Amino acid sequence: MITATTTQPLLQVKDLCVDYLTERGPVRAVDRVSLEVAKGEFLGIVGESGCGKSTLLFAIARLLSTPAEISSGEVWFGGRDMVSMDEEEMRHLRWRDYSVVMQSAMNALNPVMTIEEQLGDAIHAHLRLPHRKLAARSAELLRVVGIDPVHLHSYPHQLSGGMRQRAMIAMALALTPDLVIMDEPTSALDVVAQRSLMVKIKQLQREFGFACVFVTHDMSLVSHFSDRLAVMYAGQVVEIGATRQVFTDPKHPYTVGLMKSFPSISGPLLPLTGIAGGPPDLARPPSGCRFHPRCPRAFERCPGEEPDLYAREQDLVRCFLFDT
Amino acid sequence: MTIADLPARPRDASPVELLRTVGLTKHFRLGGFLSRRYLHAVDDIDLTIHEDEIVALVGESGSGKSTIARLIARVYKPTSGDILHRGRSLSGLRSRREVLGYRGRVPMVFQDPYGSLSPVYRVSHGIMRALRLHRPDLSARGRRDEAERLLDSVGLQPAPDFLGKYPYQLSGGQRQRIGFAQALACRPELILADEPVSMLDVSVRIGILNLMASLRRRERISFLYITHDIASARYVADRLVVMYAGHVAESGPVEDVLAHPKHPYTQLLLSAVPDPRAPISVPATAVVQEPPRVVDPGEGCRFRARCPYAVDECSRVTPRLRPLRPDHLAACHVATSDLESAQMDKDAKASGR
Repeated sequence: MITATTTQPLLQVKDLCVDYLTERGPVRAVDRVSLEVAKGEFLGIVGESGCGKSTLLFAIARLLSTPAEISSGEVWFGGRDMVSMDEEEMRHLRWRDYSVVMQSAMNALNPVMTIEEQLGDAIHAHLRLPHRKLAARSAELLRVVGIDPVHLHSYPHQLSGGMRQRAMIAMALALTPDLVIMDEPTSALDVVAQRSLMVKIKQLQREFGFACVFVTHDMSLVSHFSDRLAVMYAGQVVEIGATRQVFTDPKHPYTVGLMKSFPSISGPLLPLTGIAGGPPDLARPPSGCRFHPRCPRAFERCPGEEPDLYAREQDLVRCFLFDT
Repeated sequence: MTIADLPARPRDASPVELLRTVGLTKHFRLGGFLSRRYLHAVDDIDLTIHEDEIVALVGESGSGKSTIARLIARVYKPTSGDILHRGRSLSGLRSRREVLGYRGRVPMVFQDPYGSLSPVYRVSHGIMRALRLHRPDLSARGRRDEAERLLDSVGLQPAPDFLGKYPYQLSGGQRQRIGFAQALACRPELILADEPVSMLDVSVRIGILNLMASLRRRERISFLYITHDIASARYVADRLVVMYAGHVAESGPVEDVLAHPKHPYTQLLLSAVPDPRAPISVPATAVVQEPPRVVDPGEGCRFRARCPYAVDECSRVTPRLRPLRPDHLAACHVATSDLESAQMDKDAKASGR
């Protein structure tokens, strides 16, 4: 267990940059991202495909593989800088202090091992437990995520999509980490299964007190579950604040546009406009503010200068409209 | 986008029937050649689509909604049942010309805009081909003009530039618009749109939905809009058909189904939709199982294992669709009808007058 002082956030990302080294030069997928996650907090990160949200997660978890690499910045986790750690040190942290739930449980679980063997593997790497205790622990974990322990002896293909995803979460919780990082864990599921998984995650979070960084492209999904929300566009955080605040009073024109992109099943039927154009190519990002070619409120300053993050109420917004 | 582009809702009382399925059924054989096990993808579907109407077919993956589109598009042959196009059975289409004619009236737009356009041809290729096949009356010049008009009408401007582009030069939303332009080239009456927005980015989805609404408005084209997203169905559709495990669970006017869901499955589905505008509710902690794979099912309601209201009858008798509100049907033994009370209200008013 990590002992952090109460004032210090559990996870602190400072000016993190990730580059993909391509033949045509580096492509910056994550650009000077700074985030903080407190103990037990649920942070949602939303954005369209290609905005760098998954790359950011992989960078935080130190799971990037070539050609991607962290080019600058710091990731402080429980008082230690993860960027400068070597693989051996990381090995001690993984599963025990933080764990990652991947998007596709189908590909993340080993198809030729039973669920019990895979759970045992993760636990065994950090804890020496007698066999009987290990089995009891595994059964308990499955029960916690709502799977009948008879499935300990099942192979991944014998489980449904939702059960596989829950088995992944059981693995992630096996050593009661302080931080669970989730990359679109519900995107392959139907709405009903998705909802029940989100409710389960939230329950477990209350019960075990872990912090959660949850990446999704579906803003409405986290609306009822996350404490704070970061909106990413073209590799940058464009708005970050309390989830309710962002939803009721979105500030960045991109966030405003996203909010106008979802039809609702309740309330009056309103015409929606979405956002004109499409996300930019990160190899050639637009000059100045990266959103300005699609922005309905762009003015002279936007194409020429890069906006900073400006504080407005409790939120931070990367837009010149809030530079006062 | 102005309010004038909003989908028109209330329409004249006597819509003209365009396409109807009668007891449409499709079973797939599982396993080898001698296997006797059948997956019941679609069972006994009666579905009607009228002129100038958008019908949304909603359900989980595996509920059979795509199978219905493929049956209507004649990709699959039905196991039993029939499809009537303007009263005429599709099984009666014999000559190549008749089949081509039908395919032109009822084209399909696919889910994956990255896989459905050939990367080696320019945008003009697919559209020109459709024009050459389905509009033999047009000259080469006429085809060119028509292709430009089509791209214009799906919102790709300047059209001449887009005709010369390759798919890799286009974004997902633009590719999907090409898909619609190709479908429009055959002068369709009904477009089968199979999850046309689910692979697109959130910020461009709404543009495609608005395109469907405006095509219906301007060109009077009907749509069968297949989706798992009820909120988007509400946004464009007039009528909602909810599928569960190969059966229609409920159907009716969109707003009526959303306001008064009768089938327990529809109720479950609606409660699961994430809605940021809704007030924060304490999430229900119900244990929710997953939809069954319907292999050689017996009699009985296919939702009964997950249904909180299931009674004995549900495992013995397959519920039939029955009207529970005006124009609103559900297949459930337990759901109560609002029709009698509505009728009583009417009678009471009539006698009071």
